[in-house]
Amino acid sequence: MSYARRRKIISAIAEGLCAVAVILALLPLAMILFYVIKQGFTSLNWAFFTQMPKPVGETGGGMANAIVGTLVLIAIAASVAVPIGCICGVHLAEYTDSKFSSIVRFAADVLNGVPSIVFGMFAYIIAVLPVKRFSALAGGLALGFIMIPIVVRTTEELLRLVPSGLREGALALGATRSRAVFTVILPAALPGILTGILVATARVAGETAPLLFTAFGNAFWSTSPVQPIASLTQQVFLYANSAYEDWHRQAWAGAFLLVVMILTLSIAARFAVRRLERMNRP
Amino acid sequence: MRRSADDRIFRFTTGIFAALVLLLVVGIGFELWRQSMLSIAKFGFKFWTGRVWDPVSGEFGALPFIWGTLYSSLLAMLISTPIALGIAIYISELSPKMLRQPLTYLTELLAAIPSIVYGLWGVFVLTPIVRKLEILMPPTLRKLPIFSGPPLGVGMGTAAIILAIMVIPFTSSVAREILKNVPVAQREGAYALGATRWEAIKVAIGYGKTGVIGAIMLGLGRALGETMAVTMVIGNNPQVSLSLYAPQYTMAAVIANEFTEAADELYLHALIEIGLLLFIITIVVNVISRLLIWSTKRRMTRVIVFPPVAKEEAAA
Amino acid sequence: MLTTIDMERLGATATPSAASLESMNAKISVRDFDFFYGPAKVLHGISLDIPDRQVTALIGPSGCGKSTFIRSINRMNDIIPEAVAKGTIAIDGRDIYNSDTDVVSLRRRVGMVFQKSNPFPKSIYDNIAYGLRIGGMHNKRELNGVVEKSLIRAALWDEVKDRLHESAFALSGGQQQRLCIARALAVDPEVLLMDEPASALDPIATTKIEELIWDLKVNYTIVIVTHNMQQAARVSDRTAFFMLGRLVEYSDTKTIFMNPKEKMTEDYVTGRFG
Repeated sequence: MSYARRRKIISAIAEGLCAVAVILALLPLAMILFYVIKQGFTSLNWAFFTQMPKPVGETGGGMANAIVGTLVLIAIAASVAVPIGCICGVHLAEYTDSKFSSIVRFAADVLNGVPSIVFGMFAYIIAVLPVKRFSALAGGLALGFIMIPIVVRTTEELLRLVPSGLREGALALGATRSRAVFTVILPAALPGILTGILVATARVAGETAPLLFTAFGNAFWSTSPVQPIASLTQQVFLYANSAYEDWHRQAWAGAFLLVVMILTLSIAARFAVRRLERMNRP
Repeated sequence: MRRSADDRIFRFTTGIFAALVLLLVVGIGFELWRQSMLSIAKFGFKFWTGRVWDPVSGEFGALPFIWGTLYSSLLAMLISTPIALGIAIYISELSPKMLRQPLTYLTELLAAIPSIVYGLWGVFVLTPIVRKLEILMPPTLRKLPIFSGPPLGVGMGTAAIILAIMVIPFTSSVAREILKNVPVAQREGAYALGATRWEAIKVAIGYGKTGVIGAIMLGLGRALGETMAVTMVIGNNPQVSLSLYAPQYTMAAVIANEFTEAADELYLHALIEIGLLLFIITIVVNVISRLLIWSTKRRMTRVIVFPPVAKEEAAA
Repeated sequence: MLTTIDMERLGATATPSAASLESMNAKISVRDFDFFYGPAKVLHGISLDIPDRQVTALIGPSGCGKSTFIRSINRMNDIIPEAVAKGTIAIDGRDIYNSDTDVVSLRRRVGMVFQKSNPFPKSIYDNIAYGLRIGGMHNKRELNGVVEKSLIRAALWDEVKDRLHESAFALSGGQQQRLCIARALAVDPEVLLMDEPASALDPIATTKIEELIWDLKVNYTIVIVTHNMQQAARVSDRTAFFMLGRLVEYSDTKTIFMNPKEKMTEDYVTGRFG
């Protein structure tokens, strides 16, 4: 076989292998989604949403407290991450070239790569250890810290995309910097910033590890920030590790709910951008 | 440029919030270090070489966890890198235009699935499959250290597989970005010399080589820190073993499992010390990764805008 | 516009047998060649014969299709998904758009140098050796020989012989372009296509490239696209004037510039537009 012919065969094989790679990656995706839908959807019932977990060994019950718990945790996390993240993003966008900004940007990038469990440990040290008690607040803090770098980065990038004409126009009309930013630039970048927040929320909604020793979980109903609180992710973990069929069933239902939640958030993020953009256009 | 008082207040106030982010990073490192002092003081360097992890007797050696983390991550990278690069190449070079968006979206979907869901699937679906495969392995191969041990289903092998799946989208999306930014002129240069399509792709990869390595390291950083999915399928046994069959333990997993059971301060500090190491390792890997990607992107977007008449070049 | 020096050069380039098309050795024969980018037709019924071992220049205003045409000769346009070619381009009598043409080996016979030099991020040596290596040559001594020969042919050897293993990016723009020419020559093509090879270079570098082309035509059939009419006049034996995807006039260079038959050609070469 001539050398040229061999090269062509190698090229064809290599290209084929790349296609195989795509299939190899999509196969587990399909399998996971299939099982989650199959096992999870069928296990969803009204009780799941409205009832509390039954004591060990008894069948039935639901994850009402865990669902609400997740929402509470997300709310706490967002209330920490959004102000800090957005305003930090504003600073980085307004003072892009300063040395301080470069350092902060680097810090945010570093935070992005830190495993979520480390954030959990940090939240434990500063919010659980001193009061010797697990709390929703500690869990929310851990999640909020994870969200911060995402919000910072998207805010900064979106603000930088706003055409400089807008800022110059506002300043030329006599607006102070803060006025210009808050009344003109931030609103212009709002759709994107919102998307960033939704994306960050989707990311932490699925987190389990940092909650294990901060929010800790709760078999009972609680929405108090200073008490331990159940969460969907943690409940799924608990049930999956157990030996009870019924709990396994509910774990799948919880997983299904989680996946639906996160997908909804991602799709909502995309929609939000489009609709707000359309509103902003004259 | 007039700096009114308002501007100064603005800069200062927003700067405070920015400083908070900085404080967060520094704070994490500092607190982790402070809260592991007992363990650091007692064991020193032997903490990292000790194989025995016995909370009851107060003996803490973290080697099995370091081993577990590194080995599982290494295996995961070996599996995921070719697949991730294959996907990146396929989507950016080979696929029909129509498929590009959907395929990209699907690979990103892999990244959106929460860790616990991977874990759930791992325990109830993947583990039985792996167990069947372990049993089916021919006895001659089972004699090798890498395949030795009882077929439990849970173990290093299953963990590596799940990690690989989770890491693929990270490496793949960065690699795809890089390939997209390689100048067409490079590929054309290869084609003009009679290269086959694969050879031209290799030239493109060669041009973005540094960034591709950065993409791989990004995936590695992700694998090192993964907790839930791993702890549900790895067996959680602190032993150092080459075997894919053997249940082992990672740094993140032991923290997740034992943190709330740490009855005494030393135990807690030992776990936090492990967390400190995890913190440092992942930071280092991520920083290197970002530097590599950043420098590649800078080189590629520094494409000289072609001027109509470029007369200022030095004599050839 | 055309200086006296250029005019003398023109006189020198007019080959004795340029008068009759038939007595020429047509290396490349194009017949009724159409080219489409999707629904848009960018080349209309191009027919011409490109003689062996001479320099043929393609001139015309921007967007006239000359780049598209030259890229059709080594089927570089195949890379573009919506590209469709009709008609024939025959090299040594064999249609390259035939379905059983081996495009990979076509591109070794027909080399190409691009407008902006595009060296690979490798050493000078490895750039030139690239084409050889994928062709199967791995013997160190053979490679060294061909690399040296190619660099000499491209008038670059003296300048780089002591730093063959340095990065190609360390060279100046003009040197990089000559490197790309050497790289193309290394695989021993018969035809050399040059798409505005000197337009990114300063006058001194440009002159060097033009001198190189003059020397190379002894051994290679050269087709060069240029927007610089003086360059076409200086360097080529025959010139083809393209406009809006059509071949307006094709003749020996002296005729095109001194005595064009078509009014459009005359308008272009005298600078009335374009």
